[in-house]
Amino acid sequence: MSSPPLRLFTFAAPSRFYGLAGALTPWFWAVAVVLGAIGLYVGFFVAPTDATQGDAYRIIFIHVPAAWMSMVLYLVMAFWAGMGWAFKARLASMVARSIAPTGAMFTFVALWTGAFWGKPTWGAWWVWDARLTSELILLFLYLGYIALVEAIDDTRRADNAGALLALIGAINVPIIYFSVKWWNTLHQGASISMTAAPTMATTMLTAMLLMTFSFWAYAFAVVFTRTRALILEREQHADWVAQLAQGAKP
Amino acid sequence: MNWNSASEFFAMGGYGLYVWGSYGVTAAFMLVEPVLAAIRHRRARQAINEAGR
Repeated sequence: MSSPPLRLFTFAAPSRFYGLAGALTPWFWAVAVVLGAIGLYVGFFVAPTDATQGDAYRIIFIHVPAAWMSMVLYLVMAFWAGMGWAFKARLASMVARSIAPTGAMFTFVALWTGAFWGKPTWGAWWVWDARLTSELILLFLYLGYIALVEAIDDTRRADNAGALLALIGAINVPIIYFSVKWWNTLHQGASISMTAAPTMATTMLTAMLLMTFSFWAYAFAVVFTRTRALILEREQHADWVAQLAQGAKP
Repeated sequence: MNWNSASEFFAMGGYGLYVWGSYGVTAAFMLVEPVLAAIRHRRARQAINEAGR
């Protein structure tokens, strides 16, 4: 018996994805922990105290990566939800559902750390500024998506309704990103520009990017774990899942 | 090196509440979320094992 050829959609089969994700997850954890540890070391012990903000600025090393992840994960979630809807791809819908809690978590972290940064620098925990308000709407979009897909019993219908919500809500992501340009906001402009020379000290930038890659690997690890759980929950009557039960590995 | 002592490190130049309030909550979320996901996976796995018996 020869194994089937490896094609682009090979891992679109939940059974193959289950194995692949299980094999990759420990590596993502390793990357998340190692880069996170180096990032925190650089952020706290190498990067100097900011001339104007003192040490309060060190919140940036989690605030900006969390805010980036909140936006990127939303777009990835909407993409896979849309793919699941358009092509009836079961796995794509499961991945979309698995991303939502992690995206919501990073959105909350971005808002929370933003409040703890705003208080000492702006004098307020919260202002109804365009950037903050649109990020709060992102949190409600994530929570709304989760509530919607959990509320509908029919899995296919729930996935499709969730995809519609996720795709419409995706318009909010460019609004968040460009809010600091389009409106007069209290929130500062983009930290990183692809076109302009960096304005941050190199060590600060290094720590922020290390934390970003760490969060990225973390998101892969958690989302893959959740997708594997969802696959087992949904495909419990499939033959390959029954065979899995006979295997020893937990 | 930015800090001369541990207490200086925890004080964060007077911004200790804000810095550690941010990092503490973030760490709590990022420790709890993977545990919840792992528990969910283990439960799904156990349900299958029991059904297979």
